[in-house]
Amino acid sequence: MALSKAKIKVGDTHTEVLVEDLRRTQIVQYAGASGDYNPVHTDEKFVTEVAGYPTVFAHGMLTMGMTGMLVTNYVGDGRLTKYGVRFVNQVWPGDTLTGTAEVAEIREEDGQTLVDLTVTTVNQDDVPVLAGTATARIDD
Amino acid sequence: MAIEDFAVEASHIMMFARSIGDPNQVYYSDSYAKDGETGGIIAPPTFAQASAQFDEEYFLRPKIGKPWFGSGKEGTGKPKKEKKEGESSGSAAGGLHAEQHFEYHRHIKPGDVLSATVKQGETWEKQSKRAGTLKFSETVTEYRDQTGELVITARGVAVTTEKVIGS
Repeated sequence: MALSKAKIKVGDTHTEVLVEDLRRTQIVQYAGASGDYNPVHTDEKFVTEVAGYPTVFAHGMLTMGMTGMLVTNYVGDGRLTKYGVRFVNQVWPGDTLTGTAEVAEIREEDGQTLVDLTVTTVNQDDVPVLAGTATARIDD
Repeated sequence: MAIEDFAVEASHIMMFARSIGDPNQVYYSDSYAKDGETGGIIAPPTFAQASAQFDEEYFLRPKIGKPWFGSGKEGTGKPKKEKKEGESSGSAAGGLHAEQHFEYHRHIKPGDVLSATVKQGETWEKQSKRAGTLKFSETVTEYRDQTGELVITARGVAVTTEKVIGS
């Protein structure tokens, strides 16, 4: 179901838990589907001994993908016109991520009604891992 | 990077949706999706990134018959660089993804055959207490379908860091 202008106001929020206890296997699954096989995401030996990180970490795009689910669950299928994020902290195996979309503005443009959302995803320590914005077409 | 023949298939969309943990049936079931607003299966908003699968030269995919820098017997297939304490050799892996932005002219669907052209954007530097000098570089990718229609404009920012950013 798409959002309608009549049912939302600036400041409304939509929150979802995106993943609990992120497993290394899901990171492998994302590598396979996306085609990004950078060993820093899946290869413990490489990432600790060569790259110098404490363990493997998730693709930023996995976090963006999971956060995209929150956005499309809120605005409806096929409604997004823009979605952009900054990756502000790394996501590690074991993390539990919670995303929030907040209505920043409701406006008209080229005869369409649009909603601008501020999107934030945090980990279990309430540390932001992703910060961004999304714009979607909504019903009147 | 150049992508000439990104043939979008429903099975790939399904696998991608599974990998991001999104159970929305609009990504899996044509019989579900055809009665909805999209009129059929569409791809999740970040699916364009999977175009990497169709980039012949994409350096983060092992190539048949070519050396790969991931671990086997040793930590890497590449010769080890002399490394200072705390210094990142993550640049060997292309740095980190700092930002990603998509503009949807329409949503990708099975049957699309996309091509993409990539333009280098701006580059800039920033100092960070945690990671030393940060070097940013931007790329802008335009995805067009087989009729030449612009489908998605993507802007990515990559960063290489002087020091490893650990948890």
